[in-house]
Amino acid sequence: MRNYFIDLLTKEAKSNNKIMLMVGDLGFSVVENFKEKYPKQFINAGVAEQNMTGMAAGLASEKFHVFTYSIANFNTFRCSEQIRNDIDYHNYNVTVVSVGGGLSYGALGYSHHAIQDYALMRSFPNMTIYAPGTRSEIANCMKQIFKSKSPAYLRLGKTLPKNLKKPNQPHDHAPGKWTKILECKNRESRKCILTTGAVIDDAVKMQKKEEFSNYHIYSLPIWGMKYKTLQAQQINKWDEIVTLEDHLEDGGFGSYILECNSSIQKVGETKIKLKSLNKNVCNTVGDQDNLKEHFKFAH
Amino acid sequence: MNINSSVLLSKYIKAYTLKMVSKAKASHVGGGLSISDILAVLYNNILYFDSQKPLLENRDRFILSKGHCCAALYATLALKNFFTLRDLNSFAQFGSNFMSHASHKVKGVEFSTGSLGHGLPYAVGKAVAAKSRNKKWEVFVLLSDGELNEGSNWEATLFASHHNLNNLTIIVDYNKLQSLTTVEKTIKIEPLKDKFEAFGCYVSEVNGHDHEELKNSLSKTNKKNSPKVIIAHTVKGKGVSFMENRIEWHYKSPDEDQLEMALNEIGVIL
Repeated sequence: MRNYFIDLLTKEAKSNNKIMLMVGDLGFSVVENFKEKYPKQFINAGVAEQNMTGMAAGLASEKFHVFTYSIANFNTFRCSEQIRNDIDYHNYNVTVVSVGGGLSYGALGYSHHAIQDYALMRSFPNMTIYAPGTRSEIANCMKQIFKSKSPAYLRLGKTLPKNLKKPNQPHDHAPGKWTKILECKNRESRKCILTTGAVIDDAVKMQKKEEFSNYHIYSLPIWGMKYKTLQAQQINKWDEIVTLEDHLEDGGFGSYILECNSSIQKVGETKIKLKSLNKNVCNTVGDQDNLKEHFKFAH
Repeated sequence: MNINSSVLLSKYIKAYTLKMVSKAKASHVGGGLSISDILAVLYNNILYFDSQKPLLENRDRFILSKGHCCAALYATLALKNFFTLRDLNSFAQFGSNFMSHASHKVKGVEFSTGSLGHGLPYAVGKAVAAKSRNKKWEVFVLLSDGELNEGSNWEATLFASHHNLNNLTIIVDYNKLQSLTTVEKTIKIEPLKDKFEAFGCYVSEVNGHDHEELKNSLSKTNKKNSPKVIIAHTVKGKGVSFMENRIEWHYKSPDEDQLEMALNEIGVIL
């Protein structure tokens, strides 16, 4: 995912000299090509995320579109006040790019598990969350980010889905809109699994089980406080929605959908169930797949 | 109001700061008085700006990192005609843009501050922007001494020095008092000059109330190939005898009698 992201950013930088990529001394074997091609648009801020984020605000105030790149917790939680005060409050054009969303770095332990980041980033009024799950969604997210002039959080997982043969997605979809990933056999079904981020494979596995065979798979890759009002109509279409995210339940994506649902004038009752990571994952180390299996994620 | 003397300007900055804080029953008047001379010299003699075009592309950028002392900045900007002196009456009032920590919604204020340790990294970002586009405008940032407890300042100083940002001037308002007691008793920062020099900066120490010393040190011609740091030795509550070097004036606001006494000492009738 990160390689595709950097390819798209490198292409954009060719025609847009306002792009500035800042890294927190991370990105080995990922950012080199960008750095070589556009050295004046690349800054290694060192292991200093507070300064990197404050500087990003300063650069953005001078009309740069800044991307701050690091492992998920470092450029979010470590510098959360800089994101809140310097970027979001001033509505600056800074995209916080986090690699290793969810349990991508599962074996590296709790410091590298990004499982509370949605809770933090969705609490900022001007922030849009971009959590792509497929190649097409990454392209769509980047297209929207390049168009946007507001703060953004791009959360990248480790790998693209392996179990999805034919992603059936439009090439352009608007922020806040759900997109169809995979239909179930019963096309008339009014039940769906709604994902965000790099959990498409998990949703596909879920759908293969008897219990969820009657559920379509949809994703919502672009969301945030600004897009809450767009959710009502989409939620109302369904009898049942199961949200799926590689994040703790509290403050996460499922919570977001529940909040959106609570403000809806209901035509009929939509049942919403949340599937998220078990909080005990915080004390466990292991490969992402093993961790998910151990804690029965998406079961 | 047209004031072309930094000394006279500083008196009016102090007077309006006192009046605003008193009216709003706000805090931080002591720190406002300690930076008034620095602001007066900056806005009268150093910074390039057009108050009728606050976002003029080639303006110098000034960032008040110690945002709690914004009353002095708002007063300065009003006295330099960014807006009217009457606008200052809404300081800290419901619905006003003039909130009691620096707000970028006020004309001439580059950046909202209030939480310490944010101004310098932001200023460094602006200095990088100017360098990368070969712009001649410069960046000035004013920090408090207690603020230097924040690690983000040292991250930013390392970066600024490594990248030879000689278009950046860091001014430290060294009034030697923090929130509860002295800087010395809170977290020692001495030897401060040595610290900044060890970080690779070009450092000078001045009397932060001596306008000639301030003009010389702040002068844009006075630079090396590194960020400039000016340690301005100041007095918290400067100019008002019963406020000078008194911790409580970090919090208290003068009542009507105290305001009158203070204005008499400053020597300005509003």
